[in-house]
Amino acid sequence: MSSSSQGERIPVMQRILDNPFLLLFIGVTVPTVSYTIWGIMEVAQLPVAK
Amino acid sequence: MADFRTCPVTGLKVHLEGEKLIKWNAVTAIVFLLIGGLFGLLVVLTRWPEVHLLPADLFYMALTAHGALILVVWIVFFEVAVLYFCCTVLLQSRLATPKWGWVGYWLMLIGTLITTVAVLQGNSSVMFTSYVPMQAAPHFYLGLILFAVGALIACFIFMGTLVIAKDEKTYEGSLPLVVFGALVACIIAIYTIASGAIILIPTFLWSVGYISHIDPLMYKVIWWGFGHSSQQINVSAHIAVWYAIAAILFGAKPLSEKVSRMAFLLYIFFLQIASAHHLLVEPGLSSEYKIFNTSYAMYLAVLGSMIHGLTVPGCIEAAQRQKGFNKGLFEWLRKAPWGNPVFSGMFLSLILFGFLGGISGVTMGVEQINIIIHNTIYVPGHFHATVATGTTLAFMALTYFLIPTLFRRSLAFPTMAKWQPYVFGIGMGMAALFMMGAGTLGVSRRHWDIAFTDAALKFNHPQAAWLMMGLAGIFGVMAVIGGAMFCLVAVGSLLWGEKLSMEPAPAPAAGAAKPAVASHGDAGTFTVPGTFTLAMVFLIAFVLYYFVNWKYLASTWGLS
Ligand SMILES: [Cu+2]
Repeated sequence: MSSSSQGERIPVMQRILDNPFLLLFIGVTVPTVSYTIWGIMEVAQLPVAK
Repeated sequence: MADFRTCPVTGLKVHLEGEKLIKWNAVTAIVFLLIGGLFGLLVVLTRWPEVHLLPADLFYMALTAHGALILVVWIVFFEVAVLYFCCTVLLQSRLATPKWGWVGYWLMLIGTLITTVAVLQGNSSVMFTSYVPMQAAPHFYLGLILFAVGALIACFIFMGTLVIAKDEKTYEGSLPLVVFGALVACIIAIYTIASGAIILIPTFLWSVGYISHIDPLMYKVIWWGFGHSSQQINVSAHIAVWYAIAAILFGAKPLSEKVSRMAFLLYIFFLQIASAHHLLVEPGLSSEYKIFNTSYAMYLAVLGSMIHGLTVPGCIEAAQRQKGFNKGLFEWLRKAPWGNPVFSGMFLSLILFGFLGGISGVTMGVEQINIIIHNTIYVPGHFHATVATGTTLAFMALTYFLIPTLFRRSLAFPTMAKWQPYVFGIGMGMAALFMMGAGTLGVSRRHWDIAFTDAALKFNHPQAAWLMMGLAGIFGVMAVIGGAMFCLVAVGSLLWGEKLSMEPAPAPAAGAAKPAVASHGDAGTFTVPGTFTLAMVFLIAFVLYYFVNWKYLASTWGLS
């Protein structure tokens, strides 16, 4: 197993799952864009009461 | 050079300085569970209509203290212990920068004390959410900020330890599944704490007068990035704990490690955006925003939860069947160690979290249905099912394992320990259920007097609502008793528990395989009919409850 694994390509999915800092990037970016920034933009666009 | 000892039970190498931090964080957590739980008792005794213990001002003070101490302090201190446990003990690595670990610990502790003092001084009864324009004393926010910085340091130490473990090759291949679950919790924690800092720092400046105005809706959006996501740290952490306990007690390996890992990945992508469900009735936000974040995308995270809910009991069933508990659908479950609080706590956590917390959470997250229960006591009912019977009970179960292994003490009051998960789980589960029932009938959350005695316009809740509030009170007291039993066993064991030998077990078979909790592999079977039956029961309950709520919504407002 280990001798042949030198030449074996690691699947993309496993490389993603094995990279904690990439996962950290995803886990912070997705909610920041989808929840925080989108939300702030909607609030900021509300007209101010006169 | 880092010092290690070899665990006599598991044979794993334990980094001594890391171990000390694990112990201190866990013990501190339990102390604040005790204090926060007492405030919880005061809340229960006030909302139990026949008792109605505290006057209004003290009630809101107790509610604020209970929320902050339990929802944040107890949980996060324990989670730091879990993170350190996973990255040092399970990876057999030294902890990165233990000195910073202590800095983080003291920041969290001092922050907790400052915020608690602010609450007890009486001018900060803004409740856990501290919605502006309600204003607390400046040190209320300051304490929370210090706490958050301390917790953030702990997260980075966890990430740093992963790097060290990889460099020093203390493990091979991918992270073990349990450690991966802890990583997911850590990632969610970093987003959570950042959101908290982004909103609490300006709020602090506002409370001391440097900023004149904070927009309430803006506050809500960012605050819930912290408030809701913090509960998603719990979900990831306690699911990691479920996998850990299944592996520790049964040597169980996941049905498919790959699938479980993908389920955790779904959490990284989609779990935190559900924060939007707190904003479902805000008029300033679009339906697209609400529905995307609480339904379409979030259901992928729910899929992740359902995978975990299937595979954790599934891997236990597979392991039990391999040991010969093969009769019928449920012999594996009947013959499980129900007298061992590590197991009973974990399994009750799984069942109650799924059936009560999970089903109610998804249903109430639907924008249309949410209107039936928004800001009713259904909401605390739901999150007591998730955080108390889910996370807290799982952490209690883990503590029963850590006391003999990490603290090297035998359990004090073993009989009490044996009953504790049932008293706490059933008490809290029923209390949550009755709160949800009362909420469906319109009883408001955070409300001191549901009788509206001094209101100009009279209003009467249906008798059933009063009955359910009374039952929630009775079972709430039972839950508090269960919590007190836990604290008694935990503290009693550390003080008076018989000291266990630190010598490695006499014959730890040379070259023995690593324990399942720190290694890889699948169960190698999908033949788990009992678990699939349970899953079908769950799905039927889910679907029925979901449609009952649509029916209920349809009858709330007649069309003519
Ligand atoms: Cu939430």
